[in-house]
Amino acid sequence: MSVVSGLTVSERHLALFVLGLLALAGLAMAVGGRGDPLAVHGFIILAVSLGLGFFVMSALFAPEPPASRLAEYYDDPIRVGIVLSLAWAVVGMFVGVWVAALLAWPELTFVDSAWASFGRLRPVHTSGVIFGFGGNALIATSLHVLQRTCRARLPDQFSPWFVLIGYNLFCIVAASGYLIGLTQSKEYAEPEWYADIWLVIVWVVYFLIYLRTLQRRKEPHIYVANWYYMAFILVVAVLHIVNNLAVPVSFGHAKSYSLFSGVQDAMTQWWYGHNAVAFFLTAGFLGMMYYYLPKRAERPIFSYRLSIISFWGITFMYMWAGAHHLHYTALPQWVQTLGMTFSIVLLVPSWASAGNALATLNGAWDRVRTDATLRFMMVAAVFYGLSTFEGSFMAIRAVNSLSHYTDWTVGHVHAGALGWVAMITFGSLYALVPWMWKQERMYSPKLIEVHFWLALAGTIVYVFAMWNSGIIQGLMWRTYNDSGTLAYSFIDSLVAMHPYYIARAFGGLLFLSGAVVCSYNVWMTIRMARIGRAAGAGTDVPLHGEADAVQAGE
Amino acid sequence: MKEFFHRKLERNAIGFVLAIVGVASIGGLVEIAPLFTIHETVETTPDMRLYTPLELAGRNIYIREGCYACHSQMIRTLRDEVERYGPYSLAVESQYDHPMLWGSKRTGPDLARLGDKYSDAWHVAHLINPRDVVPESVMPRYGWLQRNALRLDDLGEHLAAQRAVGVPYTDEMIGNAVADARGQANPDSNEAGGVTERYGEATNVRAFDGRTDVVTEMDALVAYLQVLGRLTTAAQQQTAGR
Repeated sequence: MSVVSGLTVSERHLALFVLGLLALAGLAMAVGGRGDPLAVHGFIILAVSLGLGFFVMSALFAPEPPASRLAEYYDDPIRVGIVLSLAWAVVGMFVGVWVAALLAWPELTFVDSAWASFGRLRPVHTSGVIFGFGGNALIATSLHVLQRTCRARLPDQFSPWFVLIGYNLFCIVAASGYLIGLTQSKEYAEPEWYADIWLVIVWVVYFLIYLRTLQRRKEPHIYVANWYYMAFILVVAVLHIVNNLAVPVSFGHAKSYSLFSGVQDAMTQWWYGHNAVAFFLTAGFLGMMYYYLPKRAERPIFSYRLSIISFWGITFMYMWAGAHHLHYTALPQWVQTLGMTFSIVLLVPSWASAGNALATLNGAWDRVRTDATLRFMMVAAVFYGLSTFEGSFMAIRAVNSLSHYTDWTVGHVHAGALGWVAMITFGSLYALVPWMWKQERMYSPKLIEVHFWLALAGTIVYVFAMWNSGIIQGLMWRTYNDSGTLAYSFIDSLVAMHPYYIARAFGGLLFLSGAVVCSYNVWMTIRMARIGRAAGAGTDVPLHGEADAVQAGE
Repeated sequence: MKEFFHRKLERNAIGFVLAIVGVASIGGLVEIAPLFTIHETVETTPDMRLYTPLELAGRNIYIREGCYACHSQMIRTLRDEVERYGPYSLAVESQYDHPMLWGSKRTGPDLARLGDKYSDAWHVAHLINPRDVVPESVMPRYGWLQRNALRLDDLGEHLAAQRAVGVPYTDEMIGNAVADARGQANPDSNEAGGVTERYGEATNVRAFDGRTDVVTEMDALVAYLQVLGRLTTAAQQQTAGR
């Protein structure tokens, strides 16, 4: 049964109506933005909505889906979300490797065109991996965890598609915008005002799915994974709206000017920036960890109380930490000190989470050795502990005076992004994919093993390269010679970076290769499911086999 | 024994949502809100001038090309930074920067005091091919800036939007935005006089890219780079006074 004919007739009508509105919005942007890059985005939105409109119309008159569907979970959008997540992973990581190579060999760029330059490609990498890969994985896994831990089906079939497709439209508008020179320059909040407004609409629907499903739950308690997913949805909304407040030049211009300036803007941006790390790249993925790790290990969460402490600790304290991005700047000292203090105390709830995850594996360590999927999750928890320690350490003002502005920051980010975020995602996807396509296991456990070692080796090479280059940079910038003058010119420090930039590109390439291996493995698992279904096999895998959610054990 | 309060909270979705929003809001309210109300957060200086339309357009090109990803504009209060780059940055210097471009990474050097450090010709050559003037550089080439004519027609709207977010552009500045941009890049034209009249005698009025037949994106970017750290002398005075 195709996706569209699985929708009820009224849901199909609603989809057509919404796509019609979207097409009109695209048309208005294309006409109103003549002579401005805004028109390009108008045409992209118009094309996407028309294309989807035809797709919906292809099964518009199919009969109503059987009522028996209501007795099952609604997993179609999850399956598509997994595929989209991996597609963005490969694209985003490829661009990452490419821009890393450009720093080692700047003449590598093959065209003298604006779109191919480092400055425009870099946000394609960051947005591609954070929002494309990470965001799609969060949406897909959250819809899965939500249904299983509530033992309730999603409230309707239209809104999850609206969220998934709307979110990916945002990602496409963002990435294509950078290539044609559209950015607000706020790191990790680069997309312009109209994309930001669209994301707010998508996000509200996402939140409502969560709330409506929670209200229909058959479990009295809301499971801890959902606390994190909810914190992710809610706080990201607050951060996104405040940091992106801006006045567009006109409704026919893509360009806007931030409502904030100077020191207030810097503090708002890094309050956003650091909490994008906290609530997008940490809370959401902790939600993932709190479900898939105990499921895979077949052990209950080690400590319920530790879960509570770490959840509220993270939710409260992270929001103070952003100021550590602005040590020794024109930001008032009292804010810097608050930021540093909370960043250090933040280690307590962070290690509570990491420790809780690792202690959950007690009694299942033999499986960590044999099961690469579980090992992905275990290594992720270890890297989570390591990078949160490193983060607290780097937030100390004296340490930050050396590390800030250097590659050490880049190394720290990637220890978290590759070691924690990507590893927990891959582990969760390897657990989730066989469930979603009703297979007993992934197509090839060997390839999971290959992927694991590629990912681990890539992360280690990358992080060590950046630690070295960052600390060397920081030291060279502040080294004085005997006569009391600076010993090195800036360009001396740049030349010293060259070998590390090559090593970093190589580490990234290893990690990218792992993602390609994963995509192939997932693709073959999906094919296996298709062939199996055609042959009538695989139907005996019970749909609700994993329905009994793991509850936090005491 | 009374039930652990959290067990109750876990059963109430709306309560949980409100608790998350409440707990998460405190940090931002305490750290950010006072920055808008405490007067000493930003120094006052009488000689702070505004970006001209051409410099603002150049700033937008700096943003468009992602320069901020590799260059900071924030000199910290550290001895080595002050000796390498110049007086440390003051809050007032980015008072009219919507958004700020303090940056977070120095793949290339800090640019907060770049203005007047190099000639226009150096900047043009460096942007066309950085390795012509700095052989070890890893900066990309920006040859298209010299080829692209700058979009001028909407500069008035840009200034008006800047005013809407708090930059004190006058009606006269907004009305003359296009002429001022042309005039600043062409010192021999009769539009050049209005630029210094409206933005101050210290304004650079030059053929930044060496040609006067067309205002290019190169003109705009170089005009912007040449004014970095030169909008006020407050930082230099503060250092001299110590």
